[in-house]
Amino acid sequence: MRVGLFVPCYIDQLYPDVAISTLEVLEQFGVQVHFPNAQTCCGQPMANTGCADQAAPMARRMIEIFHSFDYVVCPSGSCTAMVTHHYGHFFHTKGRDAYEKLRKKTYEFTQFVAEFLRPERFDIPFPHRVGLHQSCHGLRELRLGQCSERMLETRDLAGELLSKVPGLTLVKPTRVDECCGFGGTFAVAEADVSVAMGQSRIEDHLQAGAEVVTAGDMSCLMHLQGLLERQKQPLRVMHLAQILAGRPKDINVSTRGSS
Amino acid sequence: MSATVHHPEAAKEFVANSERMQWHDMALWFVRNKRDLQAAKTPEWEYLRELAAEIKAHTQANLDVYLEEFERQAAARGAVVHWAADAAEHNEIVLGILQKNGVQRIVKSKSMLTEECHLNPFLEAHGVEVIDSDLGERIIQMRNEPPSHIVLPAIHLKKEDVGNTFHQHLGIPPHISDPKVLTEVARGHLRRKFLDAQAGITGVNFAIAETGAVVVCTNEGNADLGASLPPIHIACMGIEKLIARQEDLGVFTRLLARSATGQPITTYTSHFQGPKPGGQFHIVLVDNGRTGIRDSDQFREALNCIRCGACMNTCPVYRRSGGHSYAAVVPGPIGSVLSPAADAKQHHSLPFACSLCGSCTDVCPVKIPLHHQLLAWRQEIARLGHLPASKRLSMKAASFLFSHPRLYSIVGSLGRLALRMTPRWLLYNRLNPWGIEREMPPAPRASFRKWYDRERARQNPLPVVSSSSQQNMETQP
Ligand code: SF4
Repeated sequence: MRVGLFVPCYIDQLYPDVAISTLEVLEQFGVQVHFPNAQTCCGQPMANTGCADQAAPMARRMIEIFHSFDYVVCPSGSCTAMVTHHYGHFFHTKGRDAYEKLRKKTYEFTQFVAEFLRPERFDIPFPHRVGLHQSCHGLRELRLGQCSERMLETRDLAGELLSKVPGLTLVKPTRVDECCGFGGTFAVAEADVSVAMGQSRIEDHLQAGAEVVTAGDMSCLMHLQGLLERQKQPLRVMHLAQILAGRPKDINVSTRGSS
Repeated sequence: MSATVHHPEAAKEFVANSERMQWHDMALWFVRNKRDLQAAKTPEWEYLRELAAEIKAHTQANLDVYLEEFERQAAARGAVVHWAADAAEHNEIVLGILQKNGVQRIVKSKSMLTEECHLNPFLEAHGVEVIDSDLGERIIQMRNEPPSHIVLPAIHLKKEDVGNTFHQHLGIPPHISDPKVLTEVARGHLRRKFLDAQAGITGVNFAIAETGAVVVCTNEGNADLGASLPPIHIACMGIEKLIARQEDLGVFTRLLARSATGQPITTYTSHFQGPKPGGQFHIVLVDNGRTGIRDSDQFREALNCIRCGACMNTCPVYRRSGGHSYAAVVPGPIGSVLSPAADAKQHHSLPFACSLCGSCTDVCPVKIPLHHQLLAWRQEIARLGHLPASKRLSMKAASFLFSHPRLYSIVGSLGRLALRMTPRWLLYNRLNPWGIEREMPPAPRASFRKWYDRERARQNPLPVVSSSSQQNMETQP
């Protein structure tokens, strides 16, 4: 099984450890992972701004770059959903079959781990109280967990994986799946509302007693981290893959390093 | 007709008053929770949603046939059916009926359609006294404000605000905020207006082609009083309110109240067929852009809307920016879909007043893919040239950059370097909206691709990355 690692551009540039953790977890299960370095961005920022013409070349590149792999795995629900749910109209006339192939073999990280690797348990303990932030696109587009609005029972993949980490206590915020307010360019264009939304997620996780907030999407966490660091709140963010890869036992070490 | 509205600016004041904003958020979240409880108690909930969407799709596909059937049936029961192509025609028709009958005072129950047509100011300009009889609507009418929510029009106000308003307009003593007292005051005030009115205008929740009946759902019974006390009842409806058969109505009444307020059913669900003895019953059917939406493959489903307000209650942006920030007749997710259809330039910022979380789509009882439609609107707005140049150009630049991996890699390194080297005062200022209340993300020395190139690509034995080497990579100078 040849897996192509699809690393969102902001993870590549700003959170390399999230991609390294993803790679490590997959390798622990004997998966052969490759990172084709012609990849850059899936085109989501352009598409979400309404600039379909600028997003289309990104979609075509993705097909070329990943065509030789059996699977494509991505540590982001949002970027995965971009490929699996929002590329369709770029290939209405041309390249439909090639896109179908890509769509079918592209998986979000927790989805891939839960579906193909089916771990019994993870070896490295994480003795902390963890709040799970369900990122919207993972939840409401990829359906990786139970959406509070929907009356259909759905497996909670991230929760299942976290329950297999020794010592980890999952704490529950009162609003189990409210948006953090990142939303890509929304975070800047609607900065006031975006900050208010993030603030309310932070308070919710803090009152639940979380020491760490985790998510399948680093973009949500980047936004929360920005707020937390500015306010010097005792809560830290970690991508799910980082927890599963056994990242720092001392969670008080900042992601920024020794400062 | 109004100037272009920029949602982020319009939201500023509401968000800045964090105490009130949080109260507003909590009040609506409470309603959303009540809705969840009711939906969870209905085992066939998702089936009902599917069914409702299909019934609406069917009706819209055959709208011409059903509208004519409705007209025939309604007329057979003594109603007079009027057709209005747009808001102006609608207003003229209503005024015509009133003038013909010498009506000077009317009571009106809640109707988003008459808001959309700006009927109140039109009638008032022609010397007709219009009293909104829904309590929330009456309060904002006194304050000369538009509704901030389609089901809870005065949700932006606290009980103290209502006390003040009644003090100013109804002459009650100052500083009364007991909801019970205020309700009694309103009841006494409205009762007189009901008795004085010469005609009643109501909205319509559903119209049934098969029977020619219109159905009005309220909790206060104000529509029933307004329709029954005066001799003339005028029911105003958008053509999308139609459903084909009586037996389908239950699908919608079950969804509507549960979605709107978390009640199993509205207190009053009234069916009107024909005039009362000696009275008149008029039904005004309004298009006002609906046919255009019906003909669009992208946005057709927006006509499914039963105006339950659930998408507002669940919207994390709406709850924190308030209904008035949308500067539109219908705020929130569905408003941000409908308003640009009326005027894309004026409302160009609304489809962007959305984090694309998708909660509205899942909560909507008639399965309108709201967040997909908002995304589709963004494309429309870009296509129509209403996107600000800053957005347009930056996306062009990004697309170019992302098409050239080597350049992307270099620019990335430079960007991170700049992020590390730039002094705080230069990095955090008004030109950087991210940084006003947030720290910038970390700027590690090496990107993932650099790391991969070094550690994996050359097929070196794969070293386990210890947390210390990890630290080095992300350490700032
Ligand atoms: S769009 Fe859906 S949720 Fe929103 S008001 Fe209409 S029916 Fe209700």
